[in-house]
Amino acid sequence: MNIESLQHKAREIRRETIRIHGIFPETRIASSLSPVEILVSLYYGGILAFDPERPDWEARDRLIVSKGHGGIALYPILSDVGFFEPALLNTISQQNSMFGSIPDCAVPGIETINGSLGHGLGVAAGIALGLKAKRNPANVFVLVGDGELYEGAVWEAMMFAAHQHLSNLCVIVDNNKISMLDFCENTLDHAPLGKKFDAFGLDVQSADGHDLAQLYPALRALKQRPSSGPKLLIAQTVKGKGVPTLEGDPLCHVRSLSQEDVAKLLEEVV
Amino acid sequence: MSTMKTRAMRDVLIERIYERMHHDEQIYFLSADFGSPALDQVREHFPDRFASVGIAEQNLINIATGLALEGFTVFAYAIAPFLSMRAYEQIRTNLSLHAPFKTLNVNLIGIGTGLSYDVSGPTHHCLEDITLMRLLPGIELFSPSDWRLTQRMVDVCLDMKTPKYLRLDSKPLPAIYEREDEIAVEQGFSELRHGDHACLISTGFMTHTALKAAQILAEHGIHITVIDFFSFTSYNKDALYARIQPCPHVITLEEAFIFCGGMDALIADLLLAQHHSDGQFLRLGIPDRHLFEGGGREHLHRAHGLDAESISGRIKQLCS
Repeated sequence: MNIESLQHKAREIRRETIRIHGIFPETRIASSLSPVEILVSLYYGGILAFDPERPDWEARDRLIVSKGHGGIALYPILSDVGFFEPALLNTISQQNSMFGSIPDCAVPGIETINGSLGHGLGVAAGIALGLKAKRNPANVFVLVGDGELYEGAVWEAMMFAAHQHLSNLCVIVDNNKISMLDFCENTLDHAPLGKKFDAFGLDVQSADGHDLAQLYPALRALKQRPSSGPKLLIAQTVKGKGVPTLEGDPLCHVRSLSQEDVAKLLEEVV
Repeated sequence: MSTMKTRAMRDVLIERIYERMHHDEQIYFLSADFGSPALDQVREHFPDRFASVGIAEQNLINIATGLALEGFTVFAYAIAPFLSMRAYEQIRTNLSLHAPFKTLNVNLIGIGTGLSYDVSGPTHHCLEDITLMRLLPGIELFSPSDWRLTQRMVDVCLDMKTPKYLRLDSKPLPAIYEREDEIAVEQGFSELRHGDHACLISTGFMTHTALKAAQILAEHGIHITVIDFFSFTSYNKDALYARIQPCPHVITLEEAFIFCGGMDALIADLLLAQHHSDGQFLRLGIPDRHLFEGGGREHLHRAHGLDAESISGRIKQLCS
């Protein structure tokens, strides 16, 4: 697996995510574009251990996308790697489709329901605790939004994870700087995040969230570096990455793209 | 009623869990920085299957969910009002919402339901948990009245692989049931006394009071049926109605808010579904306000007509 092939895959998944948004405009596109490179690295870069034939494979690494509304890229990824037939994606937005505007565990390959923010890190910490109790060497990854960090339960989970030395817990913060209605620094400025996580006892690194030459090694290190407790990577991302009209717009969280915008974007190389 | 020894439900529950942990490696005990002497054994002998989350009820539910996803049978132990209300959305999202997709054997143990923690004031009262837990699909609600039934509940918790909420009184109480194995747990209720003049349905602590009230009434020649109702989600509706139906009057008794979805509402709905229109239906419980008055549980009960004398007086009025 080399960086170029990951970059190619990231472009493909970004395209597919935009295409799905075009069919299903209720999906949160800007939130779903910032973690594309993160998810591509995990699934295509040999970081996340998984078996599409056995979604409950006991040795798999568990992934919780706690910022559930930002998980639309999971749909093309999970179908591409074989968790379900790609043709099923055609049912998106139709009645009785298993593909909600916020992904949930009706879809093979998705572990939990994460439409409500602030729960995923605690659930992931519970999974990590359980894995250690079972002497299972698998890891658990959890993807958290920076706006999501406003939820107090996230910090309760961090305190617990640090105290319990949950070294099998790998936290990724999708630091796209914008929450629902504005930049985080204007809503509730929680910088400096790195110092806060460090003070809570986590082993913190930071990397560019879109430059795969930086991000991919950082994610590998997140899983592999030895640690006495939970590890965390702050991925510096751009909300709406790949769509110039979304990037930098404080309201991009709530924006849906028009059919024309989508058609134009799909023609371009994003 | 026999003079059986008094025990606190939580001690008995933890002792039974501790026993079971020797043979069942799936049991994991989580506490929100809340303990009891019985818990020290668990901590000492099973350090790999015990954790405290500190005073963090939301995280308690989240951690419990994660453990249950990995196949553990989790007991999540905290004070009832904070367990049920501080972390209500976690219970809803991580347990109730996941129930159709995942097997999650999470047993929420709420200690100090009703007015157990009387002297701590209304922040520590829990008059809401019956209504709140009834509201959530996929959560089994249990309300044991004595320590023997509580012991039996541990095995129900192990066998029934679904999220549950158990509301337990905090004070040592006498046993009502003589033998654990005689309790008809699947039925969801027990008829403790039989009488034709009225049917008194109670739950938890109030079942003790109900039996006292029944005794007072019997001395006045009024004989009532007393039903201990303990399984709010899974109970035999037909069997329950069969007990109620012959009685001219029905009274519900709970140490909880009434007229807003509690046990009173459950029984009223049952009667409605059966087109039961005979006699009177009387709800006894706490009216729609928090209780700031000092003076302890007995005083609060007297103030709200929940002591045995007041209850028997009301029923006597109904029956005359």
